[in-house]
Amino acid sequence: MIYFDEVSKVYSDNSVALESVTLSIEPNEFVSIIGSSGAGKTTLLKMLLAEESPTTGSVLLESRNVHELRGEEINLLRRKIGVIFQNFRLLPHKTVYENVSFAMEVAGKSDEDIYSDVPYALDLVGLDKKKWNFPNELSGGEQQRAAIARAIVNQPEILVADEPTGNLDPANTYDIVQILKKINDLDTTVILATHNTGVIDSLRKRVVTIEGGRVIKDEK
Amino acid sequence: MLMVTLRRILRSGFLNFWRNAFISSTSILVMVVTLCFIGSLMFLSAILATSLDGIRGQVDLWVTFVSDAPEEEIMSIKDRLESMPEISQVTYTSREGVLKEFVERHRDDQIILQTLDELGDNPLGASLTIQAHDPAHYEDIAELLEEDMLLGTGSGIIDRVNFRDNQLAIERLTKLINSLERFGLIITVALAFVSVLITFNTIRLTIYTSREEIAVMRLVGASTEYIRGPFVVSGIIYGAISGIIALALFYPITFWIGDLTENFFIGLNVFDYYLENFLQIMLLIIISGIFIGGISSYLAVKRYLRV
Repeated sequence: MIYFDEVSKVYSDNSVALESVTLSIEPNEFVSIIGSSGAGKTTLLKMLLAEESPTTGSVLLESRNVHELRGEEINLLRRKIGVIFQNFRLLPHKTVYENVSFAMEVAGKSDEDIYSDVPYALDLVGLDKKKWNFPNELSGGEQQRAAIARAIVNQPEILVADEPTGNLDPANTYDIVQILKKINDLDTTVILATHNTGVIDSLRKRVVTIEGGRVIKDEK
Repeated sequence: MLMVTLRRILRSGFLNFWRNAFISSTSILVMVVTLCFIGSLMFLSAILATSLDGIRGQVDLWVTFVSDAPEEEIMSIKDRLESMPEISQVTYTSREGVLKEFVERHRDDQIILQTLDELGDNPLGASLTIQAHDPAHYEDIAELLEEDMLLGTGSGIIDRVNFRDNQLAIERLTKLINSLERFGLIITVALAFVSVLITFNTIRLTIYTSREEIAVMRLVGASTEYIRGPFVVSGIIYGAISGIIALALFYPITFWIGDLTENFFIGLNVFDYYLENFLQIMLLIIISGIFIGGISSYLAVKRYLRV
């Protein structure tokens, strides 16, 4: 279970990104976090990945405070969480296959596991025919699928998606949301942050609304 | 698992090097300049050392003996001098030899030659020319010989030790040589440091272009070594290739300026020096390249690992 306990984040210029956010997410849940740009969605997700530290409060994952983890413990935490971003953030000098296998390599998986799991993940996102292409040879939708394959290849317990459809057209947006649903059906917790309410409507899952760094609505 | 990780890091390093062809060639270019510079400093220090040795070789101490000094006593002094560790060479010139040199030197001065003829007998004594390893030792050697003269242990056969005549010149030259050596070392270290700094900054810039990539690697849970390893491998490849290019460039360059350096400086042909010391030069250049490339990459990545 993920538990945000009274989490606040105030930056050095006194701007408040989060204010006393308390939120719990159950295993295998699909949670959408919506809010306008600057509402604090990305900051909240960065807290879970230990990319940012809270000013006050704590973030617990399976009863462990994420921000008390050090060095290799942080790496282990990140290998349990798959992440996808609005701008895809693929490694530009690696092929699609290498981008996906990289996530397995850093997790210390064997060559045999890589040979069997990478094609499976690419097949799941419908990118098996483009595995030897470089990211700049793919469309936005294809790049996001490659990023999803990379995020799920280690079968993470949690998938964090930060505005994954922000740069995509409606058709690609629909495809990506369907892939996220499929991943959730395979028992992965999915946290989707978006400002596009149209994406949420079709899901009929839990929606948490954040504005001005505060949770203003939580509809299950 | 360690071997698998190592293989993956090496492979990734090679691929990064190959796929970032433009950035790789820029880094190599800067590194070739740096390594050529380090190599040139090596050649310069060799030229300086040879020139200084040449100058040292031209400074000597000259002892003249009275004209009736028995040759065997002169030889015993010569043997004693030769056994001293400070002395590199003692050359004996017989009375006849000294006369011959004297006549040769004054062949245009008829009055001197006429006077010599009138004397009939050879008025000049034999001499010993002494060369020390270090010009600073001449004073001690001269003092020793002068003591011999005063105490008569040299059997009173020493007529003159000419050190006092040249003392000022020898002292100045000794100081000059010492300063040149020290100055040369400081300049070499300073310039090598500057060139290493330039290379470090170039590699830092190439890694700056990968900062986003490093952040993503961090977010998928890659360990510090796993991120850093391929960059260090690429840096080592830059260094090794730059070293080979620099070595190859030195062949035509030293060939071209070899005769010039031989005539201008005291007898060192840099091309011959390059060929004779190829192994040492190769090791210095390539190891410097590998070291600079590897360490620069290692340090440059550090900055972007804090994600």
